[in-house]
Amino acid sequence: MTTYKRPDGRKHDEIREMKAKVGVIPNADGSAMFSFGDTIAIAAVYGPKKMHPQHLQNPEKGTLRCVYNMMSFSVTDRIRPGPSRRSTEISKIIEWALEPVLMIDKYSNMVIDVHISIIQANASTRCAGINAATMALAHAGIPMKDLVSSVSIGKLDKELVVDLNKEEEDFKEGEGSTDIPITFTNQGKMTHIQLDGKIKSKQLKEAVELARISCKKIYEVQKKALKEIGEK
Amino acid sequence: MTRKIIIPGEVIVKGEGYLPGEGTERIGDEIVAMKYGLAEESNKLVKIISLSGVYQPRRGNAVIAKVVRVTFNGWFMDINASDDAFLSLTEVPRYVNKDGLEEVMDIGDMIVAKIWNINKRGIDLSIKSRGLGKIEEGIIVKINSNKVPRVIGKEGSMINLIKDNTNCNITVGQNGLIWIKGDKVEDELYAKKAILFVTEKSFIEGLTDEVKKWFEERKGGKK
Repeated sequence: MTTYKRPDGRKHDEIREMKAKVGVIPNADGSAMFSFGDTIAIAAVYGPKKMHPQHLQNPEKGTLRCVYNMMSFSVTDRIRPGPSRRSTEISKIIEWALEPVLMIDKYSNMVIDVHISIIQANASTRCAGINAATMALAHAGIPMKDLVSSVSIGKLDKELVVDLNKEEEDFKEGEGSTDIPITFTNQGKMTHIQLDGKIKSKQLKEAVELARISCKKIYEVQKKALKEIGEK
Repeated sequence: MTRKIIIPGEVIVKGEGYLPGEGTERIGDEIVAMKYGLAEESNKLVKIISLSGVYQPRRGNAVIAKVVRVTFNGWFMDINASDDAFLSLTEVPRYVNKDGLEEVMDIGDMIVAKIWNINKRGIDLSIKSRGLGKIEEGIIVKINSNKVPRVIGKEGSMINLIKDNTNCNITVGQNGLIWIKGDKVEDELYAKKAILFVTEKSFIEGLTDEVKKWFEERKGGKK
């Protein structure tokens, strides 16, 4: 069996250099930046505030509304600005990934807006987005049970690798390209998993375990960033 | 106990003896944070003080509000929180003509009010107390509501220092709006500058001394 080296020379379970910062947008109620190498996401939280239009209000519990947006300059080929099929889908996915940890039951008729902007993309943007959004929500003082951390697992032929970059995402040799973004809470509960490509069920279990370990590392980075801002 | 920064899901203390206060929950024999902020423990009660986020109205808070809507029996006010507050006609200690509510307070007017009740239906305000009522003159400064305790200082030490040095009357609303009233506009702007200095340096220890120094530097006509 031929083994493949990662294009940037990383180890198989090595995450790109992570950077996290809280309070990057002064006008927002909560904000954060998170990056995996060249992938940079910023998240801004506004609210809780009254939901408008009124017919969208839910008197039983609060609503979480996420908007994922890639800046037109975030990739080498300029992308058309504005919402697209892909970004609306990812917005919904991020909402579902974050909702289980939020405790917004008592915010009836209100909405919490989360705006995620990808200012530079090199794959794993939704994972960076989720990581930034969870920090921004905590920074906004929203009641939450836990933080979430997200990472993408991929495959170079048969070998599992952590935190894909663009080149690895498009890896065509062997079994073809596979991308599995997974989100975990710190307590080890999964809130989101997606699969793009093919994988054997046995190997998927391995991938989940690998993600669990990687999310612990990401959590430490998020924790450190949140603690730093308060000490100032 | 020393205060420390806590993130959601983090265990603050272990042990059966503690009581979970605001922003915390008991899971097994651990007190776990449900919010980001400073954890504080007193008399075995553990609670979290917010560092950021929107203003959370509390009963008894004095706030500065702006009239946004006039109805037949009261006024709706913007108090810088997630929900508008209501000032009922019965909570105004003077005679009001039922046909002329806007003659007393019109849209855009600012008042100092107290939150006397919060329930499912909304927030109720009152101006039936000394020092409450309509703001006729002066300037209003908006700051982050989480920094209000620093502007007031321990037992009002900071706010009194600013009042004494600027000859202004200052009312701090818990919602982050501050009303400054002085004899001269220059005094009011001076007080505003001082307050913004406090909010900028809010993380410094011994801030009151720092502000004293700030005032001394500016003494003697130079403002």
